[in-house]
Amino acid sequence: MSNFSVTTPSKRQKWVAGILVTLYALITLMPLVWIIMTGFKSSADSIAYPPKVIFSPSLEGYVNLFTSQTRLTSEQVATTPPPATWYDKLVRSHQMVIVGPSRFGQRFLNSVIIGFGSTFLSVSLGTLAAYAFSRFKVPIKEDLLFFILSTRMMPPIAAAIPIFLMFRELGLSDTKLGMILLYTGVNLSLAVWLLKGFIDEIPFEYEEAALIDGYTRFQAFYKVVLPQAATGIASTAIFCLIFAWNEYAFAVLLTSGNAQTAPPFIPTIIGFGGLDWPAVAAGTTIFLLPIMIFTILLRKHLLRGITFGAVRK
Amino acid sequence: MSSSPMECAAKVTPRPLANSIRGLSDRGIAWLFVAPTIFLLLAINIFPLIWTIYLSFTNFRANRIGREVKFIGLRNYERILSDPDIWQTMQATAHFLLWTLFFQVLIGFTLAWLINRKFKGNDMWTTIIVLPMMLSPAVVGNFWKFLYHPQTGLFNYVVQFFTGVDSSSFSMIGDVSLAPWAIVIVDTWMWTPFVMLICLAGLRSIPDYLYEAASVDRASKWRQFWTITIPMVLPFLMLAVLFRGIENFKMFDLVVQLTGGGPGSITELTSINLKREAFEKWRTGYASAYAVILFVTVFGLASIYVKALNKVKER
Amino acid sequence: MKLTNLLALTAIALTGVSSSSAVAEDLTLCWASWDPANALVELSKDYEAKSGNTMHFEFVPWPNFADRMLNELNSGGKLCDLLIGDSQWVGGAAENGQYIKLNDFFEKEGISMDDFIPATVVGYAEWPKNTPNYWALPAYADVVGWTYRKDWFSRPELQKEFKAKYGYDLGVPSSLAHLKDIAQFFQNRKIDGKTVYGAAIYTERGSEGITMGVTNVLYNYGFEYQNPKKPYDMSGFVNSAGAVKGLEYYKDLYNTGTPPGSSDWYMSEDIDAYKSGQVAMQMNFAFVWPGMNADSNVGGDRTGYFANPPGPAGQFAQLGGQGISVVANTEHKDAALAYIKWFAQPEIQKRWTAMGGASALRAVVEDPAFPDKQPYNRAFLDSMAIVKDFWAEPSYAELLLAMQDRVHKYVIAGQGTAQEALDGLLKDWIQTFEDEGKL
Repeated sequence: MSNFSVTTPSKRQKWVAGILVTLYALITLMPLVWIIMTGFKSSADSIAYPPKVIFSPSLEGYVNLFTSQTRLTSEQVATTPPPATWYDKLVRSHQMVIVGPSRFGQRFLNSVIIGFGSTFLSVSLGTLAAYAFSRFKVPIKEDLLFFILSTRMMPPIAAAIPIFLMFRELGLSDTKLGMILLYTGVNLSLAVWLLKGFIDEIPFEYEEAALIDGYTRFQAFYKVVLPQAATGIASTAIFCLIFAWNEYAFAVLLTSGNAQTAPPFIPTIIGFGGLDWPAVAAGTTIFLLPIMIFTILLRKHLLRGITFGAVRK
Repeated sequence: MSSSPMECAAKVTPRPLANSIRGLSDRGIAWLFVAPTIFLLLAINIFPLIWTIYLSFTNFRANRIGREVKFIGLRNYERILSDPDIWQTMQATAHFLLWTLFFQVLIGFTLAWLINRKFKGNDMWTTIIVLPMMLSPAVVGNFWKFLYHPQTGLFNYVVQFFTGVDSSSFSMIGDVSLAPWAIVIVDTWMWTPFVMLICLAGLRSIPDYLYEAASVDRASKWRQFWTITIPMVLPFLMLAVLFRGIENFKMFDLVVQLTGGGPGSITELTSINLKREAFEKWRTGYASAYAVILFVTVFGLASIYVKALNKVKER
Repeated sequence: MKLTNLLALTAIALTGVSSSSAVAEDLTLCWASWDPANALVELSKDYEAKSGNTMHFEFVPWPNFADRMLNELNSGGKLCDLLIGDSQWVGGAAENGQYIKLNDFFEKEGISMDDFIPATVVGYAEWPKNTPNYWALPAYADVVGWTYRKDWFSRPELQKEFKAKYGYDLGVPSSLAHLKDIAQFFQNRKIDGKTVYGAAIYTERGSEGITMGVTNVLYNYGFEYQNPKKPYDMSGFVNSAGAVKGLEYYKDLYNTGTPPGSSDWYMSEDIDAYKSGQVAMQMNFAFVWPGMNADSNVGGDRTGYFANPPGPAGQFAQLGGQGISVVANTEHKDAALAYIKWFAQPEIQKRWTAMGGASALRAVVEDPAFPDKQPYNRAFLDSMAIVKDFWAEPSYAELLLAMQDRVHKYVIAGQGTAQEALDGLLKDWIQTFEDEGKL
């Protein structure tokens, strides 16, 4: 429309920009595509030289990821019943036999529980606090907010030293509850910070009108403010979830067999005598895919949240 | 447990609390709403910080439960500051920090500027470019190790394809001269989109009339770029640098999975070094002093930087 | 707590038996995730059937094993009832009260440490070393040794070329110097159209890899941890002239006889390189040998095994392997001890070796039929006779990290000289023992 506007780039400019950006995006995408592809290769193909772009797909990686296996000795081969399912057959073709499920499912579930648990807590507590900071005069508010944010400057490893000791005293080591509380504590500062911005944007007049209509403060909060802040809360929730989902340093130091999440687990997937890259790739794919899909589906909120959180001051 | 902050809230509230929550005063509500957050932040952030400072003056070791804990004054600090190995890890961190910032700002800004040309499909490509920064750094680091594998890794193969250098003749994470760059490349791949997004927000915040006015004054595009675009985006860019700077100073997960600090200690960033002291050697007191030094360093650098940033903003 | 006690009591009352072993318990055994661990799962089915208890397993890959498990012990975790912990942890775990002392139990059950290979008793069970204080039962005997491509070594054209070049026959190396010759001979050679390399050796930085590799050379060139007559007197032993030569040897071997990019390799990577036909020789713990023998690519007659060759100062090999201990934090102490009792039985130990484990019971390895049962058994016995182990002090982790750092910096990163590296190591170790109050 505004063809005459000086700020509208020319057609040629658009073309050049489009090509360059597309090129960069493709380069960015390459490692990710490679990860997904490797998950469908056989072990031999995954370390073939030169790297194989075209290969016959195999579900070996996924089968290895979800099962734990053992090698059959020659005597055992004779006594074990023939393979019943397709994955049994696949495993048996490598002189192996499935002895049970692997730990991957459990670690993944831990990630889900801890991720969603801490997100729920940070967002609900964060919304309350943000509302209070936004609407009321809280003493030492500015200092408090700054201090809350500055705690994020502490390297996680440094923070993990006293938390390790604290968890040991309280019996929270290697528990899901401990990890949920920890991630909530870490996320809360950012959540309050982001949410305060979103709530600040909601005109105070709405609540005033509600209060005049005879609503209590509480009613005004959850009937008027909450619905208005819904999108803000949603994008904050995504951030908290992504952090908790991806977190590694605390998880590797504070969890073990019971509450370990997927990020410390995936790099420790190794095959039976030798590295099993297809299984690692399969685990990586399953773990990263939800976030990739999330990002693509919710891009508007996400991108807004990133710029909003950073730029607001 | 949650009753104690409630009591706190009650004390500050001048009017007596009504029987039901419905009748809470504004102040009461404020405290009630803030209390859980404050409590959790005290428990997870503040209390540990104070404990760390205390531990830093002792010879405490978390793996020797029965042993007597001695107060040793500033000895931990003296030892850290006079240890040449720690200065080496600081150098490694500085190298990583400066080069990642350089590349991310350069590429991130360029991309933002290109995307702001508003060509068809720019939304979709932006989303794709953003993907890496959403992923788990530890998992990504682990996989890049595979991509960097000499001979069979994709990265080496691509390099061979374009430059003809034999893919088995170099090892990105094994060669002393290449390893520091290996981690810079992955971090740049992951976090350039963050800088890009912030710059994009900056570019989009520039009102059109500034350019229109400049065109009326017959200022060249080049001049417009330097007198309008850059100054307007600068505060945004500086913010992005601040965030990335803090994050990369804390860097642990990506690099520990990628190189583990090797070869030798070439890529042993401060966080990795700290982890060795605290959770492998279990020199808890010593590591606490180390942690305090790191915290003071980031905090100090960030404060100076924020001051500079505010000056830029005022202009 | 109360409720579970009550339930347990009720359970006991109902069954009418007072012994706690009648209550089915869940036991968790922690170990590294590797081939022998899978064999142990199979073996333990017998225990489950006999005791009615259920076994759970937590296996952690080697590069993370020490980190995870020491963290587990130090955080007071209750994950593991039984732990097959690495030999070097015994000092710390004993002094910090993390393992249960087994002397009384051994006496009561008639388990004698004299029945086990002496080196494994000292290495896996005793603290302080060479005193009859037992914290573990030797569970898995392991040692660093070598595998080589018998099929390549026996090719006439290669044998001829080798003889012409070095003046002696291509075969199992009789010294470390010969081993290097052979590695260099195969380096970058084309075999069946594929480029191959000399040897896969340990170079890993993150956990214990390069230390477990380099010590095999250092010992044989004259490195000692301390003055044999005066404990903790290390100067001139850690950095002796021989030790410096040994470290230089390892660097030279790394530079001239190993595959490109092998800068961070440990057990798994070495296995991969060997199995995929990239290397002529492989340094690895003996646990890999059954897997090599069974491999479809390199197994059977194509692979041979030999003990770490001697150097100028003698012939030693780095001890691996672990003992099985009861974690002090366990809530199932009796069941855990019962597991060890079951495991120590000679027939179970025999099956253990047959299934891919490695028993340290003398009755098993001294059986006259043993050396010829498997092609690698002779090399295993030869190796077990020459073992030496790293420090098992409570501060073992610190001592190990210092060595990892100093050696990796010199060998892989090429910084400084071998003398500087070992002098630096000596300085670090003195510092550690000073902090400990032992110097």
